[in-house]
Amino acid sequence: MQWNTLLGSILTLTGSIFLFLGALGVYRMPDLYNRMQAGTKATTLGTMLTLMGIGVCHTEWIGQILILIIFIAITNPISSHALARAAHFKGIPLTEKSVIDKLKDEKSKPEVK
Amino acid sequence: MDKIVKVIFSSIVLTLFYFVWTRTTNVNNLLVTGALALTVSLIYRDYLVMPILHPKRIGYSLFYIVILFIEIVKSNIDVALRVIRPVIPINPGIVTVKTKLKSPMGRLILTNSITLTPGTLTVDMVDDTLYIHWIDVKDKEETGATEKIVSNFEKYLEVIFG
Repeated sequence: MQWNTLLGSILTLTGSIFLFLGALGVYRMPDLYNRMQAGTKATTLGTMLTLMGIGVCHTEWIGQILILIIFIAITNPISSHALARAAHFKGIPLTEKSVIDKLKDEKSKPEVK
Repeated sequence: MDKIVKVIFSSIVLTLFYFVWTRTTNVNNLLVTGALALTVSLIYRDYLVMPILHPKRIGYSLFYIVILFIEIVKSNIDVALRVIRPVIPINPGIVTVKTKLKSPMGRLILTNSITLTPGTLTVDMVDDTLYIHWIDVKDKEETGATEKIVSNFEKYLEVIFG
């Protein structure tokens, strides 16, 4: 077995483990916001590592892989931010375990922008 | 004049992306791509941002990417360790922090970095106040939270975006 196939396989496997843990987090977390946390972080690194593994196995694709990694690093946090913001404005509550919600306090003030 | 430089820079970047993506060496192909990139850049001419190419800023940007990647790895291990416990150890809440950054691009990078780092997710931004969902609230006060969440990135972004 060539070294780059081995290294690429290890990277891809690590990426899939992170993706699996992210999915587990989405299933187990108590409310939308915590689920979003697990979903965003694990998928970002998981996808990056999986793509890097493919890039190491097939070195001729490294340019495309780098572009994909840049796009994922930029768009992933934005989409989860948009979802969390929309959910909070819709009024989806935080879990009862939550200790503080400053944004709700802000919105319940009389002068809301 | 400033806008023309921005449009040309943007179309060059777009064409380069196309070239890396397809790895074509056909000249006609690249010429059509260049024309299309120019058209797209002209349509979006009011929203373009020109990076300031200064050695110090480029150096800090590269350093920042390395730090961000380390933080992403740390945050993944953090989430993974939380998820596999029988009872998930969380102490969530939404806290406010203040940012000193002025430029929109700097704030965009800052909020994205916060979302990617351990246990924090930017929910909203009003002027210079960021509302952050924190999976394990260690400090309910604004100053303490700012110290713990933002200051690590802000000192680099202040140099990069001025």
